[in-house]
Amino acid sequence: MVGVSAYGVHIPIWRLRRELIGGGPGERAVAGKDEDSLTMAVAAALDCVDDVDKSSIDGIFFASTTSPFHEKSVSATIAAVLDARRDVLTADFSGSLRAGTTALKVALDMVKAGSAEKILVTAADCRLAGPGTPFEQFFGDGAAALLVERDAKIADIEFSVHVYDEIYDLWRRDVDLFVNSWEDRYVYTCGYMRVVKEAFSMLMDKTGLNVKDLAKVALSIPELRRGIELARGLGLDPKTQLQDPLMDTVGNTGTAQPLMLFAAALEGAKPGDKILMASYGSGSDAFLFKVKDGLKTPPYGKSKVASKIANKKVLPDYVTYLKWRKLVKMPEPRVDMSVSYPSATAIWRETNRIYPLHGVKCKACGTVQYPPQRVCIKCQSKDNFEEVRLCDKKGTLFSYSFDPVRENTPVGLVNLEGGGRVFLDLTDVEAGELKIDMPVRLTFRRVDLRREDGMYVYFWKATPIRD
Amino acid sequence: MFQDGCDGSMPGVKDKVAIIGMGCTRFTEHWDKSVNDLIVEACYEAFEDANIEPKDIQAAWFSTARSGELGRSLAYPLKLKFIPITRVENRCASGHNAFIDACYAVACGAFDIVLVCGAEKLKDTGLPIPGNSDPADLYTSRVDTRFMPVSAFAQLALRYFHRYNIPVDEGRRILSKIAVKNHYNGSLNPKAQFQRKITIEDALNAPIIAWPLGLYDCCGVSDGAAAAIIVRADLAKNYRDDYVLVKGVGMSTGFYQAQVQDDWSLTHIEENFRAANMAYAEAGVKNPRKELDLAVVHDCFTIHELLIYEDFGFSPRGKAKEDVEAGAFELKGELPVNTDGGLKSFGHPIGASGLRMMYEVYKQLQGKAGQRQVNIRNQLGLTHTCGGTPIDSQTAAVAILGLR
Repeated sequence: MVGVSAYGVHIPIWRLRRELIGGGPGERAVAGKDEDSLTMAVAAALDCVDDVDKSSIDGIFFASTTSPFHEKSVSATIAAVLDARRDVLTADFSGSLRAGTTALKVALDMVKAGSAEKILVTAADCRLAGPGTPFEQFFGDGAAALLVERDAKIADIEFSVHVYDEIYDLWRRDVDLFVNSWEDRYVYTCGYMRVVKEAFSMLMDKTGLNVKDLAKVALSIPELRRGIELARGLGLDPKTQLQDPLMDTVGNTGTAQPLMLFAAALEGAKPGDKILMASYGSGSDAFLFKVKDGLKTPPYGKSKVASKIANKKVLPDYVTYLKWRKLVKMPEPRVDMSVSYPSATAIWRETNRIYPLHGVKCKACGTVQYPPQRVCIKCQSKDNFEEVRLCDKKGTLFSYSFDPVRENTPVGLVNLEGGGRVFLDLTDVEAGELKIDMPVRLTFRRVDLRREDGMYVYFWKATPIRD
Repeated sequence: MFQDGCDGSMPGVKDKVAIIGMGCTRFTEHWDKSVNDLIVEACYEAFEDANIEPKDIQAAWFSTARSGELGRSLAYPLKLKFIPITRVENRCASGHNAFIDACYAVACGAFDIVLVCGAEKLKDTGLPIPGNSDPADLYTSRVDTRFMPVSAFAQLALRYFHRYNIPVDEGRRILSKIAVKNHYNGSLNPKAQFQRKITIEDALNAPIIAWPLGLYDCCGVSDGAAAAIIVRADLAKNYRDDYVLVKGVGMSTGFYQAQVQDDWSLTHIEENFRAANMAYAEAGVKNPRKELDLAVVHDCFTIHELLIYEDFGFSPRGKAKEDVEAGAFELKGELPVNTDGGLKSFGHPIGASGLRMMYEVYKQLQGKAGQRQVNIRNQLGLTHTCGGTPIDSQTAAVAILGLR
């Protein structure tokens, strides 16, 4: 049956303690300085299709309300990173926090209709709230991905319903940096609780299920209190049936939230369980899944969500968060570095060596080298190479340092397993943690350009293997 | 050793070219002077030292990394009129590169008398940085890691310490002794940027710039210019008796081996080794530690000087620290290195540094180095610069100068 064969999540390593932003329990996830919705979606996508033959994927979707580009497809970037086939359907979904589940619905129906065998659905958000507002506490940054397949391995889709709703509850105009909202009692009672309940009830009616039949319900939850209130209103036992919305550890990750909570629900489920997932945003999409035996069979049984929540570093202060999101204006760099702008033509020409980090392997002497060469650095054979994908390789840190002009960003030479050396920035790590020959993996991040010239540029960085 | 062409058997420039005049400004923060002022000062000192007129110059080479463009940047301040001038840019090796090219031109008989000048005004332009000033293809897309040279040499230091089981704190103490030595030498030099002695504690307690390198492991960033007048050797005696001959030159360029080749060890600098051995072969130097009276080398960072001791054959591999401990390279040591203070304390205006080093060796060989005068036994001195960084690749250049 059509359903979900794999899932992936990305929770940034950084946490902001809520006591630094006006109280509230726990902490929220914060995208690193070099992360955005594109890089987080890439991370979730790679986490999801780690064990999947990338050339078997027929569609790649990206959902977000915080794409780094209004015009330029992020799903195409994800496809490039994955080395996807050229004829893959890529599409970006946006417009509301429901975009992630809408993308999922389209994927499920395409596969059901037979126009695709496998579609990768990704969702990521990194929403900004006014500094000091409650939304700043509730929001969290993160991404999730689901692989929809005709012959599902871990959960079959049984039914879905979709409700639209025209309402000004939360919105961002094309000129807004921060989320706007109306009075919160109106927002939650006339918006969130009313509409999700409508979709939930519609699904229960159409399937003839009883609330007791649901093992877990993964609900979009903007704020913990409102989520529990809604669950009670739906007749659910919040303690046993409501999936922990991860509000104290991650926060509301927008379009990614229902998919991430569904992934978390899967990790606690057993074969035969029925899981309901419902999103909210200008309406609601509700899905009923039935867990399959495959969930417990490697490679499907990995605990991804819990390990990513546990793997964290706490931000030292609020100013760091503001700087990372560019919410405070910093002085222009003082040291002249004769910066040139990124070149679109060079990036285009080098797509393969940038996005999927292709190097070459010499057919004569076997030496793996990066970036791709015309003449072998070892045996000097000319044009006698095969391209090799390097971004999935683990490696070791051959040497490292940092300098003040790069604001002490650690950099280092990384030797990859199977050969090849790449000089990379190191990320999600402090200089004091680094050791010669420590194991690292690669992660796709936004490049910290001195001058952007209207472009964002992305590349790989190395980060310590922590799990 | 010279697997790729240069086997030391070619005719070369030995004893075919002589330096008859040199000039060098003080290297410092010349807030009130332009690069043109510095060029005029250095070149006129050289003209006067050689007792020639600017109009005697038949061709010129101008070395700068950032403080000029085309040969006209030298012609304009000096009003050299319509002679051939080549602008040379090979980052920190630019000065040596310009000098060596000028030597080739004189040695082959194309010119009798030429000027080589290097100048840099870093305090106006800022520092060149790998990956930003480079037009190299690798950097055009701007995705690749940017770094300052200091972090590249820091990676070299960590790997070198790791290879020879030197605890990092111990390594830092060894490096600090090199800084103390070069600051001491600089304190005796009125043209040095920093004329202040420091202690090991000063060096160890200074702010870290790029772990494990601290402030005193890094050379001065400065403005300055230096110049040389060179002639065919058989003409030299017409100008002065104590002219200085070019005994051997060497140059070697890497090919990004340290970054692309995953087995590159990062515990020495091959380009330095090759350039020195080319120059030794031409000059007939068999045991540099015994035969050289002094060496002025590219101590952009103290770790570089430490590795030069090994790559140049002054110390056995992995043993440089023992020679540092023994004071072998101090002013009164067995082989004084960086007698003028080195890049550390004399300062490093990039395009000018190579010629500044030759200025020191020239003055030492002539016995005019004042308080810094070393004992001239074999009448041979070595100079060396190296551009680029050890984690990608470099251009190293060496010139050995001698009397008679």
